[in-house]
Amino acid sequence: MKKLTPAKAGTYAVLVFWALTTLYPFVWVILNSFRERGLIRKDSFSVPLPGSGLTTENYAKAMDRFDFGNAYLNSLVISAAVTVAVVLIAGFAAYGLVRFRFKLRGLCRSLIMAGMMFPVFSTIIPVFRMEAAWGIASSGNRWLSLLAVVLPQIAGNLCFAIIVLMGFIESVPMELEESAYMDGCHVFQVYFHIIMPAAKSSFATVAIFSFLWSYNDLFTQNFFLRVPREKTITLLLNEISSQAGVDYGLMAASVVLIVVPVLAVYILLQKHIIKGLTAGAVKG
Amino acid sequence: MGPTLYRKKGPLVVFLLPAFLFLILFLYYPFFQNILNSFSDITGLGAPAQGLNSPWYANYAALLTDPKLRTALGNTVLLTLCTVVFQVGIALILALLVDSIRVGAQLFRTLYFFPIVISATALGLMFNLIFLYNGGMLNQLLANLGIVAENVDWKDPDHFLLTMFAPVMWQYVGFYFVILVTGLNNISQDLYEAAALDGCTGLKRVRYVTLPLLRSVLCTCLVLAVTGALKVFDLPWVMFGAGMPQDQGWLTGTYMYDQTFNRGNVDYGSAIAILIVVLGVLFSNVANRVFTPGDDL
Repeated sequence: MKKLTPAKAGTYAVLVFWALTTLYPFVWVILNSFRERGLIRKDSFSVPLPGSGLTTENYAKAMDRFDFGNAYLNSLVISAAVTVAVVLIAGFAAYGLVRFRFKLRGLCRSLIMAGMMFPVFSTIIPVFRMEAAWGIASSGNRWLSLLAVVLPQIAGNLCFAIIVLMGFIESVPMELEESAYMDGCHVFQVYFHIIMPAAKSSFATVAIFSFLWSYNDLFTQNFFLRVPREKTITLLLNEISSQAGVDYGLMAASVVLIVVPVLAVYILLQKHIIKGLTAGAVKG
Repeated sequence: MGPTLYRKKGPLVVFLLPAFLFLILFLYYPFFQNILNSFSDITGLGAPAQGLNSPWYANYAALLTDPKLRTALGNTVLLTLCTVVFQVGIALILALLVDSIRVGAQLFRTLYFFPIVISATALGLMFNLIFLYNGGMLNQLLANLGIVAENVDWKDPDHFLLTMFAPVMWQYVGFYFVILVTGLNNISQDLYEAAALDGCTGLKRVRYVTLPLLRSVLCTCLVLAVTGALKVFDLPWVMFGAGMPQDQGWLTGTYMYDQTFNRGNVDYGSAIAILIVVLGVLFSNVANRVFTPGDDL
């Protein structure tokens, strides 16, 4: 057992302080989402107890006034589609760019790096026109509208995903692939049976981030999804914030409703999220 | 050269085509279209271009004299500086501290990274509740502690910069923290032992061993921080909307959005978008150059 030196105590004090600034706002919102209307502005720090301000009315109201079920479904469809597509496409591209030597390789890599720079505002208008011309955007069909969001989101997540995956695939030792090839494996079999399992954690990272960014994105969704039944959870929240006015309990409850699924995913998968991301970022 | 497996280039087409098809269709083509748009006359979102502007560089000339854009640029540059100093700075301090402890390091990582995964919409709403004038968390806290007698209007011209920047900083500290901690983990323990033998410990070790070895990771962080600051949009948009208070609160991102979508000034919005990209390239080059010269660090 080591002794607790003043330096160590100071270290922990700073770390715990920052941890509190990270956590406390969420705790505060959760507490207040269960508080009776009107009490929030007077006394928002106490824990609401049964008989002294505890209520689930805010949640009932949120569920009743807004179609959360439908919004979750839309969000889930979009994010799942984006995630699957990004993992498949980015994995292929990263593998090709790392392992094959060809003339345009340098150019391809630069194009991907450059792709990280474009802010989504600078591409969205031409994309909207293009998709409208294809009959996907603003067609009135719910699934086509969702597709119209999915396509640009895939492109938006690809560059990051490819960069992270390249970092990982580079570190996979090549001898295994070579010997598998000698045993008669096709290059696609090598990819699916050797590369993907070897870089499993970075694929998980890419999947998680694509999912979260797609789920959390306001800008693109706001642009393509105009009809109420197409609304996603992020859009719903945006709508609530403009409609709730001074009903702060309703706002707090809505924030909790949107954060909880993300929180669950984060707690379950946090090992992959942090480990995979940093390995890619540091090598890149 | 290279293993036989990868001599045949046929499969390469299958590997690369889908990705580059997406990038070309949904990133590069729209981007170049956008450059064209910035020279054209477009009056509405769905409207086709009505020929070139006259003169063709009209939007770029307007950029130079637009007072709101000047405000937006000023705020954005300030935000970028704050990002570099506070976001990366705080993250570096936290990373060095976490690296020096054993118990709880994993827990702190998990906690610090958490805000990144929450949508800016939810965070914006949350911070609106926190910074609320009448009965927000901060005002209640300050009143309970007896620091201020009256409620502070956190969104007035005196306070809005703090109210706008603090949540953005707060959200992304964890991101840089995690990158830096990983960089620190990669530094070999032998080096620290060798340094200790030479009498180099504590802050001296940080200055002469850790920081120089961390330089490339720090450089990555700075480039990410600088380009990220230029693209900030959702949080300020949810919290402040269009340029509040009194047209002083613009950022390049929110100003571009407002011009394009609320005012139908699509071509001018495109010109601002180009400006954002140019600044991004410029700033990240500067950040790169500052942090990679010689070995004098």
